[in-house]
Amino acid sequence: MPAAKSVPIEILRFNTCGSVDDGKSTLIGRLLYDSKSIMEDQMEALERSADITGGGEINLANLTDGLRAEREQGITIDVAYRYFATPRRKFIIADTPGHVQYTRNMVTGASTANLAIVLVDARHGVIEQSRRHTYISALLGIPHIVIAVNKMDLVDWSEDRFNEIRAEFESFIPRLNVLHDVKFVPISALNGDNVVDRSDKTPWYQGPTLLGHLETVHIASDWNMSTFRMPVQWVNRPLNPRDQELHDFRGFSGQIAGGIVKKGDPVMVLPSGLKSHVKDIWTYDGSREEAFCPQSVTITLEDEIDISRGDMLVGMEDLPGVENELHGKVCWMNQRPLTAGKKFFLKHGTQTVQAIVTSLEYKVNISTFDHEPAPSELSVNDIGEVRIKTSKPIPHDGYTQNRLTGAFVLIEPGSNQTVAAGMLGTPANAFNPEFTDYTI
Amino acid sequence: MSSYHLDHLAYLETEAIHIMREVAAEFERPSIMFSGGKDSICLLRLAEKAFRPSDLPMPLLNVDTGHHFPELNEFRDRRAKELNAKLIVRKVEDAIQSGIAVAAPGEISRNKLQIPTLLAAIEEFQFDCAIGGARRDEEKARAKERFFSFRDSFGQWDPKNQRPEIWNLYNARVNPGEHMRVFPLSNWTEMDVWEYIKQEQLEVPNIYFSHKRNCVRRAGQWLPVNDIVPPKNGEEVKELVVRVRTIGDIISTGMVESPAVSHDDIIAEIAAARVTERGSRADDKASEAAMEDRKKQGYF
Repeated sequence: MPAAKSVPIEILRFNTCGSVDDGKSTLIGRLLYDSKSIMEDQMEALERSADITGGGEINLANLTDGLRAEREQGITIDVAYRYFATPRRKFIIADTPGHVQYTRNMVTGASTANLAIVLVDARHGVIEQSRRHTYISALLGIPHIVIAVNKMDLVDWSEDRFNEIRAEFESFIPRLNVLHDVKFVPISALNGDNVVDRSDKTPWYQGPTLLGHLETVHIASDWNMSTFRMPVQWVNRPLNPRDQELHDFRGFSGQIAGGIVKKGDPVMVLPSGLKSHVKDIWTYDGSREEAFCPQSVTITLEDEIDISRGDMLVGMEDLPGVENELHGKVCWMNQRPLTAGKKFFLKHGTQTVQAIVTSLEYKVNISTFDHEPAPSELSVNDIGEVRIKTSKPIPHDGYTQNRLTGAFVLIEPGSNQTVAAGMLGTPANAFNPEFTDYTI
Repeated sequence: MSSYHLDHLAYLETEAIHIMREVAAEFERPSIMFSGGKDSICLLRLAEKAFRPSDLPMPLLNVDTGHHFPELNEFRDRRAKELNAKLIVRKVEDAIQSGIAVAAPGEISRNKLQIPTLLAAIEEFQFDCAIGGARRDEEKARAKERFFSFRDSFGQWDPKNQRPEIWNLYNARVNPGEHMRVFPLSNWTEMDVWEYIKQEQLEVPNIYFSHKRNCVRRAGQWLPVNDIVPPKNGEEVKELVVRVRTIGDIISTGMVESPAVSHDDIIAEIAAARVTERGSRADDKASEAAMEDRKKQGYF
């Protein structure tokens, strides 16, 4: 069927959280299988390996475990991405393994997700892992959470049991103050109940099936559309333009990280504080009247001002903070622990600066959500609040206001390893343009 | 403009443009691997969208195995010219002559010999980055690949020790002699590629559309008959109406019987397909880990 373009098809990115025993691979296999996204040659390959190693039993996990070592050891090493589509939406699944390195991998998968599926076993209810998964989903600002209560067949499809588990979650979710949209769905991934097709065993459940929810949850507002932000990626200056009109072309290319920008809008360049107006929003497909997050555009300005990669174009209202002393939470991802005084490269938006972690404020116990003050170090997979000093002031928002302008990574000099994912706290002060008026 | 929605192609496009611009800004000597195949055709349109009205700030690079479909090379050269882009071609034949690439006894396929040829080209031009058109949905080893995929000084990929990739903050740092492979189409599916080709009205080599061709049946595939793949004794040559779904070397690319003559036909065919794209590539069927093994050595 040729793709009808009448209704735009959106992409929903989600990650699945759960340990091996929660039936995570079975659930993904079920979604792919029931939506007819597994092809015959993939099925044949599964059957071949089932004959050789699995005693004839087809293992849906082999669909996602792509590396030799994973198949040999029956483990998942790394984040794997899977793709499937229904007539209503396209889906990108970040499949993260459920054991060692879990926090690191889950943070990676969660960073770009619209939605997280937290799987719990109906027999065991909320366990330590469920609390961790919910905490990390909230920390990474995933806008939508689905608690999939799996293996309902093993508790006789008991509504009471389902409500009990729901109440357990609802007792601690308010402590994670950024979670707004949380849905609960009773399923059996093994048999497919309420995954793609509605189950006749849960007459007491009025909500959508899991896939039905994935297809309809409102995601257009997941991007920040309120305050214009665009980190300048690349200055576009044609060297030998054949077109005379392009001789003076000087465009600032970037992906809009927040809000909407219109031709003629006043904008400010940070950290310099210089002001101008949008002359044109240039794209390959023609000039635009307006553009919005997360479109990639090239903006030209009315005035010739000094702008280079790493600067940020912002709207005149709700200015971000511009500081070289930052604070925020980091998820530490390296075997060598983090201690105060260590130096790194910090990448934020489109700039990379030198940075020093000046202090470790507290470590989060991600099972109890308690803060352990003044830790001596953060080990791999630890999450903690830190203070950081950068070699240049960084225009930024709090991560809870904007996932793109509030995020950073730390890179270890020498090894060039990415060692931390960071989420900035809300800046103490918004940028004050009064201080810089004299520079214009 | 009615609403601030991006449809799936607009989302994938802005993600890929962002990645292309990161490459232009972060690397000293980047390049784009361009074969003339459908995925790299999309890459070039994305490069235009990322960098116009400027010229493309990086050259195109292709490893010619000597077993390419002639239609592909003709298209490759013409497209580079149209875009006013610099095209660098390095040949496996030359790499064999100079001893950079050595075939195993009896090895006819040039597939593995592309690896040393490519790595030698990267060294010759001191490329610190090569953009490629690989997609995660193609193959399960690729499903684990990063957008920015680090290669050590031997050109090797270490799947167990990849850099975490968080938000859109790509770590592009490499030391001298190391390089990065960057895959802006990572999140695209075969369907997305064809929908994009249709949306952008991109020209593709005509072998993607159905045509008459002499083929022989070998190892469950219809292989095109030509000088490199002559029919063996007892093999029956059949004239079929076929097209290619994915293009590899002429000696290993299975032709699929198809009446598809337009973008819409191809999109309809993929929507109804029950085998994956790489089901017609003999190079991937060698073993379950065939792709992983080649990638570790420096394959695309």
